[in-house]
Amino acid sequence: MEHLINLGIKSIFIENMVFAYFLGMCSYLAVSKKVSTATGLGAAVIFVLGITVPANWLIYELILKEGALTWISDDFATIDLSFLQYIMFIAIIASIVQLVEMLIEKFFPALYGSLGIFLPLIAVNCAILGSALFMVPRGYSLGEATVFGITSGIGWFLAIIALAAIREKLKYSNVPAPLRGLGITFIITGLMGLAFMSFMGISI
Amino acid sequence: MSTETAEQPVAKVAKAEGLFSKRRRKIVSDPLSDDNPITVQVLGICSALAVTAKLEPTLVMSIAVMFVVVFSNLIVSVIRNLIPSRIRIIVQLGIVASLVVIVDLVLRAYLYEVSKVVGVYVGLIITNCIIMGRLEAFAMGNKPYDSILDGFGSAFGYAWVILVVAFFRELLGSGSLFNFKVFEAIGIDNFPTVGLMTSPVGAFILIGIVIWVQRWRNGYVEHQ
Repeated sequence: MEHLINLGIKSIFIENMVFAYFLGMCSYLAVSKKVSTATGLGAAVIFVLGITVPANWLIYELILKEGALTWISDDFATIDLSFLQYIMFIAIIASIVQLVEMLIEKFFPALYGSLGIFLPLIAVNCAILGSALFMVPRGYSLGEATVFGITSGIGWFLAIIALAAIREKLKYSNVPAPLRGLGITFIITGLMGLAFMSFMGISI
Repeated sequence: MSTETAEQPVAKVAKAEGLFSKRRRKIVSDPLSDDNPITVQVLGICSALAVTAKLEPTLVMSIAVMFVVVFSNLIVSVIRNLIPSRIRIIVQLGIVASLVVIVDLVLRAYLYEVSKVVGVYVGLIITNCIIMGRLEAFAMGNKPYDSILDGFGSAFGYAWVILVVAFFRELLGSGSLFNFKVFEAIGIDNFPTVGLMTSPVGAFILIGIVIWVQRWRNGYVEHQ
């Protein structure tokens, strides 16, 4: 249990998706102008990461890994399909996002109103595919993969909300014209990353 | 096989319009400055920053992105009339993912050391917004030869920005260029390297400054 909590703290603060790995930058920059929309996208990312990382873990462990197919027959012990991981992961992510979108639309119309428009964006968010790809070399178990997925999402959520809050205040400041928008956003992100570096080494 | 099918339209267009007509040169040159994928359109940032701590992986990454964007543009452009519009995203992702698998396997076979550094970021070319953006915005509506030119233009626009970032990060952060110790070679020992430049923070601030300079030069101003 303690091990899982430590993993969670590590993926939220120390190895934050945005500040340490630059993942999900495109939507991080594009959808961070208002706190309300940033919250919606952040929540959707947590949700999708929490589902797709364990799903991709199952696919990898049961089908793609070298010798994973032995549960069908011993003849398949030498088959290594791991070169297919990119195609499989992106296909799984795209279809799960589509499925989640349809389920939410059917059963939770209110939630769909706030999250719905962000879900198609998420299929091409690098944070989702990135987490699935990070999970493979680190050799997580199913429980660890689930915790890793959810907490990476929370880390991304925190980062985008903090940036959106700063950018809302930034409207009132006089930024040099060429630096306005993207340029200043990058410099702010750098400074936020510097602040997040102070979490290094924290564990329970 | 795809190149065979592509040659026909190219030959036909070449008669009507010069192979490097003004319009075509503009397709290539626009993304270099006025319509740069990174600094103006804000696409493909994810992979751009992660690999730029050293010049060598950055160069490899630029070439990989160029290969993927040019060929995916070509393939999508050739079959653009066959793709049902409802499932086009999945089809495009499938094409891009297959090309990325090729790049990944080639890197592992011939440049194993670099492929360890570039690691998962090669896989993340699949979700690189530049590629999906060009497929959606250009290749779905244009002829194969124009799409190839557009791919080269976008890839060069992406490459020069990340190479500039990598140049400064490696020079200031490690005191070297392509792993060649520059400062020791010109007789300055104990050059004080900036550790911040090798960390992600340096990359963010540096790309902020590159965007600043580039927009100051071409006069693009974003309205908030």
